[in-house]
Amino acid sequence: MKDGAMSTSMTARVVPLLLALVALALVPLVMRDYFLHIAIQILLWGFIYTSWSLMGKFGLVSLGHGAFLGIGAYIPALLWNYQAVTPWLGIPLAVLLAMLLALVIGYPCFRLRVIGHYFALVTLALSQVVLLTIVAARDITGGSLGMTLRTVGHSWYALQFPEKTVFYAIALVVWGAGIVVWHWVDRGMGRAALEAIAEDEGAAAAIGINVMREKLRVTVTSAALTAFGGALLAQYLLYVNPDSLSGIAVSLQIVFAAIAGGMYSALGPTVGGLFTIALPEILRIWFGTNFVGAANTIYGALLVVFIVFMPRGIVGLIESRLPRRAAAAAKPAASG
Amino acid sequence: MDIYLLEAIINGILLGGVLALLALGLNLVFGVVDVVWICYAELVMSGMYAIYWLNVFYGWPILLACLVAIIGVAGLGLLLHLVIIAPILGSAPINQLLATGGMLFFLQSLATLLFGTDFRNIGLRLPIIELGDIFISFSRLLAFGAALLGAILLYLFLAKTYLGVAIRAIAQDREIMGLMGVDQRRIYLITSAIGGALAGLAACLLVLQYDVHPFIGLSFGPITFMICVLGGLGNMIGGFVAAFIMSQIIAIGGFFFSIEISYVLAFVLFIVLMFIRPQGILAR
Repeated sequence: MKDGAMSTSMTARVVPLLLALVALALVPLVMRDYFLHIAIQILLWGFIYTSWSLMGKFGLVSLGHGAFLGIGAYIPALLWNYQAVTPWLGIPLAVLLAMLLALVIGYPCFRLRVIGHYFALVTLALSQVVLLTIVAARDITGGSLGMTLRTVGHSWYALQFPEKTVFYAIALVVWGAGIVVWHWVDRGMGRAALEAIAEDEGAAAAIGINVMREKLRVTVTSAALTAFGGALLAQYLLYVNPDSLSGIAVSLQIVFAAIAGGMYSALGPTVGGLFTIALPEILRIWFGTNFVGAANTIYGALLVVFIVFMPRGIVGLIESRLPRRAAAAAKPAASG
Repeated sequence: MDIYLLEAIINGILLGGVLALLALGLNLVFGVVDVVWICYAELVMSGMYAIYWLNVFYGWPILLACLVAIIGVAGLGLLLHLVIIAPILGSAPINQLLATGGMLFFLQSLATLLFGTDFRNIGLRLPIIELGDIFISFSRLLAFGAALLGAILLYLFLAKTYLGVAIRAIAQDREIMGLMGVDQRRIYLITSAIGGALAGLAACLLVLQYDVHPFIGLSFGPITFMICVLGGLGNMIGGFVAAFIMSQIIAIGGFFFSIEISYVLAFVLFIVLMFIRPQGILAR
């Protein structure tokens, strides 16, 4: 009986999921380039926000993901522009570097119980270090003016595609993979361990949880995925800029989007991506260039409103309003 | 000693003065209310814009504009606490951090909307003092003096007045204070106002030296946080000392390498020091 109930509820969830995926896959056929451009950015940024939320939902709030994003964006770009190294090598290298950085920062932090405010501010310092380093090395990186990637047209070797449809497919696959990873972390033993750690680190250690390993694992994973997302963004936009891909501003943007969308659910951060990409675009079109900054002002005000009134984000709000089918199905199983 | 190195050191000390003032304000609010105002630098920016506008557009005398700015930003601090911090005092610290972060965006964008992204300067040209081969900008000296004065006044307030003692006591033990007959809420509001006023004072000092633009907060905001954490979050004396340590790193690093590399060094050193002594170098 229990298996039957499980499989019908599984099918009930898988079918709409498949339909949604098919719909998403068919999007390029009906959308114009501009909307595809927006969709690609929502998917890539959604992937980045989801990667952050892997850590964030367990209380490991990093204000330094701009560091990993910047590394992921700049290293393959620099290697390509200066040494003609294919992104197929450059990107894994950048991801490895980001993972290393996460280890270097994470290990002392977790060993010395640097948590909460202190952890947030140490990670913030990290993102600033990366930004300032990129700017200081302006002879190579172009500094605050940014750097354009050397374009070669349509090329798998260089991972560049002028046609948006190809990148849309890549973005969709990557985004989907991010959601899968989110579910892995959510379903695995790691989740229970991390939740225990988030609640009471001392108690968690006392019952045998390897606090250091769990924290490091999720941190390194989050850093790796964020760097990967940054690399893809660079490959798509073919332009990198330290202020938009590293530093405190983008770090805060990541945190906000994940929280505004709802970091306790799989699709939450992506909704946050919709919010952070689509809203400024809509406001920009609406206001034109008359009121530069109006979009961000509204955005900032909304963020504050979100934190104060909707701490579980948009998706959290919606989820709390949905009928409790899962709870109802669980009751007979518990009493049976 | 190389005369230019001496000049760098002196300028570092002068810079440290203003940074110390900023750190004092941030530490005060954190020590009492237990919230980090991520948007502190943007409060300073608001003060700078206020002074610019009153002085350049309405022709107010600079001292009057400064006074109004100090009161104005104090009010802004008050509002910040009332509208944003107070409702979420009970929630996770990260939410409080992010709420003030939202204010950071809001204030930056509002400034862009109202004033555009141009760099604004109040055009006040204060003399440069020459001591032998060393050039010291008078505005820097003035800023240092005013910052020191502000710090002394704050110290006297906290040490000698009833309110000051209550503020320090709350910072030590939040729960007991209610039993001692102190209105917690009132103390928070007053502290927020003082924090704002210190930001306003910093604005007066900074506007003499730098151009104001919507993103100027990013130039000294992160450094201020680092200074506070380095000195021990909430530790006023620690923050004061750390400010001068950081400013010397920036000044001397700028002398030997470049100003940008010196900032990288400062942040890297911060991270390293965090690992050596996570509570801050002068932690309680």
